[in-house]
Amino acid sequence: MRPITLALPFILVAGAASAEGCPSWQIGDLTITNAWSRATIGTNRPAVFYAEIANAGSEDDALVTISTPVAEMPMLHETVVRDGVASMPHAMSVPVPAGGSVGLAPGGFHGMLMGLNAALAQGESFPMTMTFEKAGEVTVEVGISAMNARGPECLTDGS
Amino acid sequence: MLGAGAALTALAGTLALGAWRSRGLDDAGSAASPLPLPLSAMGWELTDHQSRRVSARDWLGRPAMIFFGFTWCPDVCPTTLMDIADWLEDLGTDADRLTVALITVDPERDTPEVLANYVQHFDPRLIGLTGSPAQIARAAQDFRVRYEKIPREDGDYTMNHTAGVFLFHADGRFASIIDFHEDRAFALPKLRRILT
Repeated sequence: MRPITLALPFILVAGAASAEGCPSWQIGDLTITNAWSRATIGTNRPAVFYAEIANAGSEDDALVTISTPVAEMPMLHETVVRDGVASMPHAMSVPVPAGGSVGLAPGGFHGMLMGLNAALAQGESFPMTMTFEKAGEVTVEVGISAMNARGPECLTDGS
Repeated sequence: MLGAGAALTALAGTLALGAWRSRGLDDAGSAASPLPLPLSAMGWELTDHQSRRVSARDWLGRPAMIFFGFTWCPDVCPTTLMDIADWLEDLGTDADRLTVALITVDPERDTPEVLANYVQHFDPRLIGLTGSPAQIARAAQDFRVRYEKIPREDGDYTMNHTAGVFLFHADGRFASIIDFHEDRAFALPKLRRILT
């Protein structure tokens, strides 16, 4: 189950377009790109956080927590479908294998941002601090796409 | 993962509102999900996002594509609704002959007004349906859909629910399910089959 869950979001994001034009952030051997979210209706519904994490190093790492000023309770979740029923268990961590990459992407691992302090508006952005088990902390800027977006706006702008 | 396993085991035994309990024992031993009834044999009555009453009989005569979800759902539901919107676009004008509906599994929060505000973001042909908890339980039973309320640490809750998209022929016969994560190469032929 797990390798499929890991591989699929990556294919979805990589297939959308090249990563050129999207900002990237570096922490140790890790590179974070395609950080995006979707606009929300108001503040009651949880928002999402998606990103690509590549590990150029020779040691496995893992994303263990996320935090952001826009939400009181951001958590890592994973969408799991078993016997046709979708559930969204809390993910203790998201593995980032040595020499590999992982996507927080629709239908797989994602950040769930609960307790929003403000509605997320398309075209705006917010900071997100990602803490990794080994590489430490990095703060990325998350672009807010349309409510019905499949990916970050930086991938489609100007194309 | 363990949490999900435990939750789903619990789900297999007892389901929300007890409506499922009467037939729960028949299905408990089988891993395969039972198939939805034909639309003509369904007894649910719900309210759409424009506050109109809708029953399964109203849908006879047109092929139908139905999805269960809820608007507080951050990942699965928007992803599926975007897939649906893409399929409708790919089908072109043929898609106008389809009934396309989201039935909420969270009637507490998804009122007709909330659904109206939500479905417009995906496709103008998408109908949002809600009802009383008992009406939703009846619809879920007719479609053989499972759902369960999952309390969260902060006192809020989320919902587990059957994530497949159900397809029906114009005469109400159940046609097929498009599973979550299914390759779109398989989804479109399934849709074209109910449109012929």
